[in-house]
Amino acid sequence: MASTSKDNAPISVQDENTPDELEPGACPESILNPTDSFEEFASEMSSSLQERNALTTKSSTISEIQSEIGEEKDAQMKTTKSADDLQSKDGSISASASSSNLTEENGDDTDNAPENYLHSPELINKEKHVFILSSAGKPIYSRYGNEDKLAGLCGVIQALVSVVEEQNQDILRSITTKDCKAVFLVKGPLILVAVSKSNESETQLVLQLTYAFNQIVSVLTLTQLNRIFEQRRNYDLRRLLSGAERLIDHLLIFMEKDPAFLLGAVRCLPLPEKARENITNAITTTCHKIRDLVFAIMIAGNQLITLVRMKKYTLHPSDIHLLFNLVRSSESFKTAESWTPICLPKFDATGFLHGHVSYIAEDCQACLLLLTVQRDAFFPLSQAKHTIAEKMRRSNCLVAINDALNRHRDLPTTNPLKHIGIPEIRHFMYKCKSTAQLFTSDPISLDRLQDYRMRHKEGGDIVEKPIKKLSDIDYVRNYRQFCSQIHCTSIPAKLIFRSNAQDTILAWVTNGFELYVTFDALMEKDQAIKAVDRLLWWIKKEEQRIFIMNAPTF
Amino acid sequence: MSSIFIFPGVGKTSLVVRYIGKMFSKHISPTIGASFFTCNINLDNARVKLQVWDTAGQERFRSMAPMYYRNANAALLVFDITSATSFTAIKGWVKELQSNVPEAMVLSVVGNKSDLESLRAVPYSDAAQYAATIGAAYTETSALHDQGIDQVFLNTATSLLKLSSSNLVSSLRSYDSADGDTDRIPTGKPSEEDATHTGKVELPAWRIDNIAHGEMQRSMCC
Repeated sequence: MASTSKDNAPISVQDENTPDELEPGACPESILNPTDSFEEFASEMSSSLQERNALTTKSSTISEIQSEIGEEKDAQMKTTKSADDLQSKDGSISASASSSNLTEENGDDTDNAPENYLHSPELINKEKHVFILSSAGKPIYSRYGNEDKLAGLCGVIQALVSVVEEQNQDILRSITTKDCKAVFLVKGPLILVAVSKSNESETQLVLQLTYAFNQIVSVLTLTQLNRIFEQRRNYDLRRLLSGAERLIDHLLIFMEKDPAFLLGAVRCLPLPEKARENITNAITTTCHKIRDLVFAIMIAGNQLITLVRMKKYTLHPSDIHLLFNLVRSSESFKTAESWTPICLPKFDATGFLHGHVSYIAEDCQACLLLLTVQRDAFFPLSQAKHTIAEKMRRSNCLVAINDALNRHRDLPTTNPLKHIGIPEIRHFMYKCKSTAQLFTSDPISLDRLQDYRMRHKEGGDIVEKPIKKLSDIDYVRNYRQFCSQIHCTSIPAKLIFRSNAQDTILAWVTNGFELYVTFDALMEKDQAIKAVDRLLWWIKKEEQRIFIMNAPTF
Repeated sequence: MSSIFIFPGVGKTSLVVRYIGKMFSKHISPTIGASFFTCNINLDNARVKLQVWDTAGQERFRSMAPMYYRNANAALLVFDITSATSFTAIKGWVKELQSNVPEAMVLSVVGNKSDLESLRAVPYSDAAQYAATIGAAYTETSALHDQGIDQVFLNTATSLLKLSSSNLVSSLRSYDSADGDTDRIPTGKPSEEDATHTGKVELPAWRIDNIAHGEMQRSMCC
């Protein structure tokens, strides 16, 4: 039934309908760095052992900014930089304390023999496992179960990886069995493994492992991570990651549900153009004099509201995803203003930015992150936040944000499919490539993600359930294989049209965009093309609302 | 300015949220970095404004601590009475504070989770004795049942007031205007709340000898 058609594809579609216009959502300058992660993973996956071992550290963007801001601060910065090392000299007090704490935990129930544990209900029948261990074979993280009891398994993984490396001078990338894929990723001092029974491709799994690695870097910085293991190969990294496991947990769930990860794009909160402009203005007018401020980012419900940046610097979508994940997973941000070190691995993996994180108001669940290179800037930023919040309230922006978040029924973006009026379309997702932004017909709402998390406390079990009505999450699952065919490095497909008794799926990539549409079953090709035309026309018409069309700076 | 330390999971955030927000949530997630709160406390003849840093207990945030205590005038050292390790950790922090903060500081040791008496691992007398050696007040609290928390903040405010009047500390600003409209940073909801929260019964879970400073005035909390 599947036809990967390049020859009989209606390539004329674009010429007829959008002659010399830009594709929907495109704008001259982008706030996001649209570099495709896929290329990166392709190179990641084809790198040789030597290349990998020579982990080159790029120059630090943070120190670049610091030196630009002013020489007079140089001396101060130096001390700051060294003090940023989380392993402080006198860290031994708490270090010893927490290690004894760990042994305490380890001490309990050792009655479970290790081989039995691998067959315990905590671990079997899961759709996807993720294990993280140090290159010395010490367990660091397991998605399910207790990683302490998985020391044996980690030993085996470590042995597999090192045998291939040392004896064959090669890299172990994946093991495929009848119903299961195991994908390995060695990054710096860590080994990450995904064991999956899902329909995700190897590249998609590597991408997820890379995200998990970046999440760890975001908490510790690459510099610190490397140094710890240089000093002590046997270090138990869980000590430094305590409290951050939940970030990885959430990230893994998040990645399975949200197509933003699949497409390497960021979803924006649909807002009237004027409202978004007012919000951006509130930020720029308040913050233009704060010299150390690198990014001001406002987000709500895993969607970007606005991003104001220092000239010359952009953010990579994957860094924004990590920020989404941090905010989503941290209830503590809701109760008070927070001041926290954050490392954005794509922006600068070697150092921390310092973030003022707070929600705009009790009655508006938009979160503002002010990221600076200056570790003492809390009070000016706190002041700025209150000014911004006040300005936003006065210009009715809070109402606009709440309407969008609550999916007010008068908004065209609340129920796009109804508004577009093509009954055959069941679901679609669209990515504008030049700005790395994304729009889907049914934005995965926060509440549903939360429900999912509550329902699946242990979560991730493989269940055979009768399909009644597909949820947006199921649609995204279905797109995975199309996505991987389109991003396949050897023979990438440009257009895929597959029609069967369940549904009809069209996946189409051009220079400007990627589009995935699910139609009713047994849809004719020309009918589908007409529908796609109208869909693109609608997206173009609403682009000011559903995308961020400018790239403001301070 | 005041800082709260120290060990992960002892309930620092619950304590502050209980005090400022008058609520308790079992679902508070670990603090990331540090959270900032302000509150005003009315004493007999003055109003004390506390700016509180609620710091993360995890080891990786350890080196961030100097940022928060450098300009602090008071520190609440919170441990969990069911965890001996968390009590030991406090001693390390006290040393660090004593050697790094030049100005006089109001120290206060707080044993949280007093509702878990049956799991107690740190004897009351040990903690009280230790507190006395560093010149600190010792209070046991329960964020769950809202016991003793008002006392901690009230004690701290009273001691800060004494400290500022003794002029030993230059960084502690005191204002003559007792009406205290000195708020530069707009606060959340604290001090607006009615002073009469009815229906709260203070059980004698804390002992009279733990009140090192000042008088207890139940009606005045923010």
